[in-house]
Amino acid sequence: MSEVSSEGGGGGKHKGGKPKGKKQSTHIDMTPMVDLAFLLLTFFMLTTSFSKPKIMQIIMPEKPKDTTQQKKINQDDVMNLLVGPKDRLFYYIGLHFDQVVSTTYGVDGIQKILMDPKFKSNPRFMVLIKATPDSKYKNIVNMFDIMRITDTRLYALVDITDKEKELISKVPGSN
Amino acid sequence: MTPMVDLAFLLVTFFMLTTKFRPEEPVPVDIPPSESKMTLPDLHIMTITVAPDGRVFLDVQQKGVRQGWASKMNEQFKLQLTEDEINTFSNLSSFGVPMNQLKGYLDLSASDRKAFKQPGIPIDSAHNELGDYILYARLAAENNLNVAIKGDRDADYKVVRDVIKIVQDKPNGINNFNLITTLAAGPPK
Repeated sequence: MSEVSSEGGGGGKHKGGKPKGKKQSTHIDMTPMVDLAFLLLTFFMLTTSFSKPKIMQIIMPEKPKDTTQQKKINQDDVMNLLVGPKDRLFYYIGLHFDQVVSTTYGVDGIQKILMDPKFKSNPRFMVLIKATPDSKYKNIVNMFDIMRITDTRLYALVDITDKEKELISKVPGSN
Repeated sequence: MTPMVDLAFLLVTFFMLTTKFRPEEPVPVDIPPSESKMTLPDLHIMTITVAPDGRVFLDVQQKGVRQGWASKMNEQFKLQLTEDEINTFSNLSSFGVPMNQLKGYLDLSASDRKAFKQPGIPIDSAHNELGDYILYARLAAENNLNVAIKGDRDADYKVVRDVIKIVQDKPNGINNFNLITTLAAGPPK
């Protein structure tokens, strides 16, 4: 590479009528240096972690010291989201229930349900997220994300009950 | 030619100065996507990694904190670590060995340590070593340490739940922590 350019430069001078060989060319062969430079460049580019990971801040409620002082929740204000295995999702509304409804994580699934004006207009509306032990971590992250997307203010990660687990296993196709 | 070389060296210098080497990870972790745009801070972060197979690893990047952490653990749990082993510990990144194996693990040569399959930090309630590790790291960092959980997408929620419980429970009582995610490419599915 560099030789081509040095010859080119020398060629221009030849035409100017300079005597041959009298003056030594000041051009040095830079190819090895350039090789090294690019080697280092490639090395640093590949080892650098550019995109910093993102974080999602989770604030869990403090453990209550006195359970008698806890406020009772109105059963119409509560939606229970049950995160099941194999990316399945179920929900039911209220506190007393004998069946769960299957839904999906998509825009047409739970996101649509959460955006329902019936819930949006209720300032005390609350979502309880309950996950079975064999559900995957990504589903939980997804759930938190959906809470943010749908602008659900009150939500909490709660332990699942045996009855809920049982109801999930009864839904066809969940095993 | 010369301008190109100039540019190449400029870039080399730039990368050399801005690079922070990617910390070595004992297991590759595929972090789940989210829409969150907050970036992970560099300092005062303790990372709890949950591998897809349920093993748990811990990492604090700051050397000074790690040094104090190891000495405090050493004192409290009689781990019989030498000065050299504490130094080795402060130069490591993520690790996942129970306390009784820590000394042996630090004695390994660098290549052996890499080949060693770490069993993960015990999180069951009988040997809640994760809680102790976290507690002493926070003592070493004078409480200026935030917890970030880096879970694999396919890690079972059970393990993550146990980790969160340990973080929340006494004596740690941290109710405010972070989940490490990556930026989602599109709308979440």
